[in-house]
Amino acid sequence: MSMVKPHNRWVILMTFIGALVLAIFPIGSANGWLRPEFVPMLVIYWVMVMPQQSSIFSLWCLGCVLDLLEGVALGQHAMALMVVAYVCLLSYQRIRNYTLWHQTFVVFVIIGLHQLVDNWVHSLQGSAAQSLIFLLPAFASALMWPVVWLSLEKLRVSYRVS
Amino acid sequence: MKPLFSQGPSAASRVMSLGAVALILILLSTYTTILDPLRARLATLTSPFYSLVNAPGQAVSWAQGSLRSREQLQRENGAMKAELLIHKRKLQQMASLAAENVRLRQLLNSAEMVKDRVLVAELIGISPDPLTHRVIVNKGLQHGVYLGQPLLDAAGLMGQVVEVSDYTSQVLLITDATHALPVQVNRNGVRAVAEGIGDLYQLKLRHLANTVDVREGDLLVSSGLGQRFPVGYPVAKVVSVVHDPGQPFARVVARPEAQLNRSRHVLLVFSGEHSEAPVGAQ
Repeated sequence: MSMVKPHNRWVILMTFIGALVLAIFPIGSANGWLRPEFVPMLVIYWVMVMPQQSSIFSLWCLGCVLDLLEGVALGQHAMALMVVAYVCLLSYQRIRNYTLWHQTFVVFVIIGLHQLVDNWVHSLQGSAAQSLIFLLPAFASALMWPVVWLSLEKLRVSYRVS
Repeated sequence: MKPLFSQGPSAASRVMSLGAVALILILLSTYTTILDPLRARLATLTSPFYSLVNAPGQAVSWAQGSLRSREQLQRENGAMKAELLIHKRKLQQMASLAAENVRLRQLLNSAEMVKDRVLVAELIGISPDPLTHRVIVNKGLQHGVYLGQPLLDAAGLMGQVVEVSDYTSQVLLITDATHALPVQVNRNGVRAVAEGIGDLYQLKLRHLANTVDVREGDLLVSSGLGQRFPVGYPVAKVVSVVHDPGQPFARVVARPEAQLNRSRHVLLVFSGEHSEAPVGAQ
């Protein structure tokens, strides 16, 4: 598929498992909207640094696993992660060169798109959010982005993941 | 010049086709029940994550339990014995009340009320999505749990089972926006349907005429209509009733009795034709 030899790809799997655990870690029902969306953030990161080697099918399966974990319609997060991956594939060359703070805004927009797709699927069942509160996780994710990006960069460079 | 996007179009077409498959799956999950057995099977994939997530909480409560002082334990023991005595007194009356109920029903030639059987379970996970009120309990097919089984906690009805796998089940809470529950007012038997609106502390009684006799503080119990939930279990307490003469219906809001965001130990009720015990439950 591509010229780069796979090296230490298990690190990617470990980071996604960590993101799934963080996605369901109990933080209290009152704080439900303040949870950053770690899984799409990790998708943005890994598609940006390794666009040619990203397996879209694995991302789709990851979305389905997240659906089963959360108890929502099967395919909801799969479709949302497809949207996220597509936007990243189209624009990774530009975003890579942005400063960290500029990237934060882009991440806010992309996670906002992800939340929009999520909310649309909820609206099919009649459980859509009553206001724009469903965009709050996009804020939280954008605020967490510098931390996520720096730690993942450190991980990727120290393990020389490719 | 060599194009940068040598894989470009194929990635886009992959995304489009997988996105279309995802959309079909969403529509199938939302509007049909074809995928439910598949989801129940795949639930075995997700239980390790919930065990992992529960591990720190369980470690903390184990540590707290082991570090309790002897005086604390004795005090707790005394308080629990006193509470048990109060409950036992209430139970003493229940035996005669139940017998009287059976006699009265026989007098009226009504069908006999079947006694319910319960199974104690523990909450092992909560859906993190704020728009989806679902919880996971640690009893499944192996313990006799069936689809549609009611779940209650110490204070009232909590929800019904919507997905059963071998050792765990997923329960939809009564406050989920897609759930509705037939209730009746305990005081006068007025029937209504209590719908969830996605708020853990509110249920709405919709389509109640303005002249209906419902007051603040009324207790709503399950009416048994619909044959999903057994009769007589407390559901909610009415919090506000607004009679607006300009509106066709009264606005009634009730607060669920069950501690939906706090209960850890819950009961699964075997009601109706499921009450004959195989073994194991009491």
